[in-house]
Amino acid sequence: MMMRHHTKMLARESDRARNPRRTLRKTLTYLKPHKVALAVAALLVTLNALFRILGPYLVGVAVDRYIERLDMSGLGQTMMLLLAVYFGDWLSRAVQMFITATIGQKVLYKMREDIFHKLQQLSLRFFDRNETGDLMSRLTNDTDAINRTLNNGLAQFIGNIIFLLGVLVSMLLLNWRLALVSMAVLPLMFLSMLFFTRRAREAARKSRRELGRVSTELESSISGVRVVQAFGREERSIDRFRRVNAANRDANVETQTVTAAFAPTLDIFGTIGVALVLGAGGVLYSRNLVTVGVIFAFLNYVRRFFQPVRAIGLLSTQVQISIAAAERIFDLLDEPIEIADAPDALPLEQAQGHIRFEEVHFAYEEEKPVLRGISFEVEPGQTLAIVGPTGAGKTTIVNLLMRFYDVDEGRILLDGHDIRRLRLDDLRRQFGMVLQDTFLFSTTVMENIRYGRLEASDEEVIEAAKIAGADAFIRRLPQGYETKLGERGASLSQGQRQLIAIARAILADPRILILDEATSNVDTRTERLIQRALEHLMAERTSVVIAHRLSTIRNADQVIVLRQGQIIERGTHHSLLAARGFYYRLYMSQFGEDET
Amino acid sequence: MKALGRLLSYLKVYRGMALLAFLCLMLATAGNLAVPALGQRVIDKGIVPHNRHLVLLLSGSIIAVALVRAVFTFYQGYLTAKISQGVAYDLRNALYEKIQKLSFSYHDRTQTGQLLTRVTSDVELAQQFLGTAFLQAIGGLLMLIGSVILMVRTDAPTAAVLLVLGPVAIFLFLFFFRKTRPLFVLAQQKLSQLNAALQENLAGVRVVRAFVRQAYEIRRFARYNREVMEVQLKVRRTLAFAMPLIFFIANLSTAAVIWLGGRSVIAGRMTLGELSAFTNYILMAIFPIFMLSFLMGSIAQAAAGAQRIFEILDTPLEIQEKPDAVPLPPIEGRVEFRDVWFRYFESQPWVLQEIDFVAQPGQKIALLGATGSGKSTIINLIPRFYDATRGQVLIDGYDVRDVTLASLRRQIGIVLQDTLLFSGTIRENIAFGKPEATMEEIIAAAKAAQAHDFIAAFPEGYETHVGERGVTLSGGQKQRIAIARALLVDPRILILDDATSSVDFQTEQRLRKALAVLMEGRTSFIIAQRISTVLDADLILVLDKGRIVAQGRHEELLESSPLYAEIYYGELEEDVAVRRERLVYDAGEVA
Repeated sequence: MMMRHHTKMLARESDRARNPRRTLRKTLTYLKPHKVALAVAALLVTLNALFRILGPYLVGVAVDRYIERLDMSGLGQTMMLLLAVYFGDWLSRAVQMFITATIGQKVLYKMREDIFHKLQQLSLRFFDRNETGDLMSRLTNDTDAINRTLNNGLAQFIGNIIFLLGVLVSMLLLNWRLALVSMAVLPLMFLSMLFFTRRAREAARKSRRELGRVSTELESSISGVRVVQAFGREERSIDRFRRVNAANRDANVETQTVTAAFAPTLDIFGTIGVALVLGAGGVLYSRNLVTVGVIFAFLNYVRRFFQPVRAIGLLSTQVQISIAAAERIFDLLDEPIEIADAPDALPLEQAQGHIRFEEVHFAYEEEKPVLRGISFEVEPGQTLAIVGPTGAGKTTIVNLLMRFYDVDEGRILLDGHDIRRLRLDDLRRQFGMVLQDTFLFSTTVMENIRYGRLEASDEEVIEAAKIAGADAFIRRLPQGYETKLGERGASLSQGQRQLIAIARAILADPRILILDEATSNVDTRTERLIQRALEHLMAERTSVVIAHRLSTIRNADQVIVLRQGQIIERGTHHSLLAARGFYYRLYMSQFGEDET
Repeated sequence: MKALGRLLSYLKVYRGMALLAFLCLMLATAGNLAVPALGQRVIDKGIVPHNRHLVLLLSGSIIAVALVRAVFTFYQGYLTAKISQGVAYDLRNALYEKIQKLSFSYHDRTQTGQLLTRVTSDVELAQQFLGTAFLQAIGGLLMLIGSVILMVRTDAPTAAVLLVLGPVAIFLFLFFFRKTRPLFVLAQQKLSQLNAALQENLAGVRVVRAFVRQAYEIRRFARYNREVMEVQLKVRRTLAFAMPLIFFIANLSTAAVIWLGGRSVIAGRMTLGELSAFTNYILMAIFPIFMLSFLMGSIAQAAAGAQRIFEILDTPLEIQEKPDAVPLPPIEGRVEFRDVWFRYFESQPWVLQEIDFVAQPGQKIALLGATGSGKSTIINLIPRFYDATRGQVLIDGYDVRDVTLASLRRQIGIVLQDTLLFSGTIRENIAFGKPEATMEEIIAAAKAAQAHDFIAAFPEGYETHVGERGVTLSGGQKQRIAIARALLVDPRILILDDATSSVDFQTEQRLRKALAVLMEGRTSFIIAQRISTVLDADLILVLDKGRIVAQGRHEELLESSPLYAEIYYGELEEDVAVRRERLVYDAGEVA
């Protein structure tokens, strides 16, 4: 027995223990391929820091040693050296920026690729529960947030550390007592960093989530803008957006407030450091342990010392935002794939088209069974018709057959193999389907039909369109087959979209044809034309047809009647009519007469 | 630059806060300068003369200054966050409002993902600029001006150096700004394409899976992904070249000052003190240039984002209320098409030609014709989703273009072909057109739409949540909720665009009966694929290739229109076959 497995929505902050180390580790795996380049960049940053220290030093030398002593040739030499240093500074900085920018963009590319790849593998159940807009936000906004840290965070971090070390060493050399006193505030700074980064991460998580909500709201309302306008509900929709938008704004302000509070906190500690140096300096001076010059120098150093400390601290809050964003990305990447190939999945070149359902049970959501014990068998080349009221579970049977979802109980066999044992791609390749809800892409008509078989020639595409009865109207479009369709095929009527979808399925030339209400939005004359073409196609292959207009299923080899998730009648059109049961009533009612 | 200026005009609303933030910045900077000065005093007046009291006092005052400064720094950061996020909020609202109001034809040719990028990513670029770069840039500029004034006052020759250095730096800045800005625009465009591809892939997930096109989609996405990367690389690399270059030039000028000044000192034309002051000023002048070069990327990016934001905000509304539009008074429901022609764009073929008909209040109008003959287009002109290219659409004698959109659309109930439901509960979805509806009204509408039974069967009933696009509902269930949604508005004009295509026949029967009652007294337009469903219509319009080829009642059309007769008898043949079957099986039963 299969275990019931239900994917939850992508984990929210509260229901998954957060582990920044996991996030960091995973981020590092993205940096790993670039370790050589990174090492070079780090080296260049170090070099650059040295150049930056050397520059002012040489200026000092030039003034103190040569200008003061009126040594022209010494000045000339120092100036040449200074020029070399500046040149080195330029070169190291430019090359380092070039390298880090390249690494950053490549890492982003890889992340987006991985996310998209993952999204292609996740099963439909996942998409039933997660909003498109939020997923999009993860792929674009969250990767972008990481980018900001990658781009200059690294260089800044290393540069500041080196700077810090340099100052530290000079301070210790100058007067170790004063140095230790001035460093007394460091633990406090460190503690405050811990405090603020935690707050920053929490706030950043909220920000990222709210941005995802903004994206969700946008995505759904832009796709639904026609309905909004039809009902004159723009104002209400705008109000709704304002609320999400305001929540996002407030979350962002909160995150930035944490940073805004952190910087002055560090400043205060830094200034206390200065005050300590002065106080201690006074005491030491009175005991003749230090000269005024040294105190002076120390004041300068202390100020320079706290600058990188401050920068590193602030950088750490920026890093928190990236961590919060990375968490959302890795949550998605770690999402278990519900429907995947078994390790020993069987390949399937070309199916015979023998389908068998054995006691299949299924529910989209727990406690709401949609199919309850469905069993049937279709021989190769046969046509199976599924009939029943709306919501009886007809489309669900198709969903299971194509393994969009896995059965909860029972099994489905194709050519005698449990479909869960077959390679998923091979399985689905056997099917060509026309769905109730026709989906077209915003590309040309030609490319939309070609989606059924990518290597098909233009002639084959046009041939398929002719069979589907779509050729005539396509030719009347402004650019014929090259007409670019709007999103989801907007600008075509539903009926036209259905015809294109039929052409797409015809072009795919599948072993098993699935028609789920394929002609429901087409006028009767066109429908009859398609019917004739489809009959021709269905002759040699297994077909599963769902139709409300029962006349289209008269020739099916087998009809099953579904009601509330169970098969209540089965047989052929004629035997079912003869039985004068549910099917009979359903069938007779369609021509305007009472059921009774 | 123009886009940036316009972006800054959004600060107007927050000018009080912005001024305060700026004041805080100035005070914090003053505090920054005060600490070294105080430190100096501690040494001179306290430590050296062994005045312990003064040492403590002054050290304490340093801490006090730091505390005060911290408050200003915090407020400056906080206010800047509030302002920049506020502007981002305003921009997003403005964009959203605009998008909600842009007409169908605009949305026909624009992808959701593209719009989404402008509202999220482009606004974020603008926000970052206002949040950090803008204040820094102003601070940098002020410093530049300050140091120029100082230099001119104290030392003209140094000012001359600045006269050379300044323009070079500004030229370089502008040069690279001009170079990178279009690249940033391009980068955002590419990002939009990526987003659009992603959005479509997610919306069409079922088709992608069904045709096993994941690999193809991954390749397609990789192309967009690569394009994004390439533009980004180009722009980042340009910046990697430009920024250090400006740095280098600034450094060079320091060296030049030392070199030239040093020679002067050695030659006795200048004192050491003068040189020292000289170099100090130069460093002061260079610092803001450093800063500008740091901010260049951010500024160019914001300019690109702002440009794309204003593109949307400036898009003219194709369907626009006239300035003197009047609210449409409660209507009786007379709809007249007066020689209406329609096409999407000027260069394209006509979709509708010479459409002329009158629907009297309370009449039932059926539209019939092959797929693509223009049925839906006619219907779309009534609530003014599109405007007629020629001719007039009149409701109760009002040209639809002369009345306000809200008053027009509120009186029309429409069930579109695409039954799109929003995330939310079933109740919310039915009440979409009339949020103030009571539960009784909602249930009544659902009952009329034959939806009550299946809704009540859900454990949570009307509070059942339908996911994105209502995926867990069947097509027929969604359609019935959409009908209930239209009925709840209690419209004078009811439009059913193929509303019952996805329901089974028994449901359709019941639905049709219920609709027949509801249509009483309302003008209704019905697009149907079968004549048998509209036999009792008061007026049937037979369309072919965008023209009305025949109109009248069923009986008249049978006589007058060969096309109509052909369609009708075609259907009848099937009907007859069914009747025959029925006779056979009924007879079998009897025998």
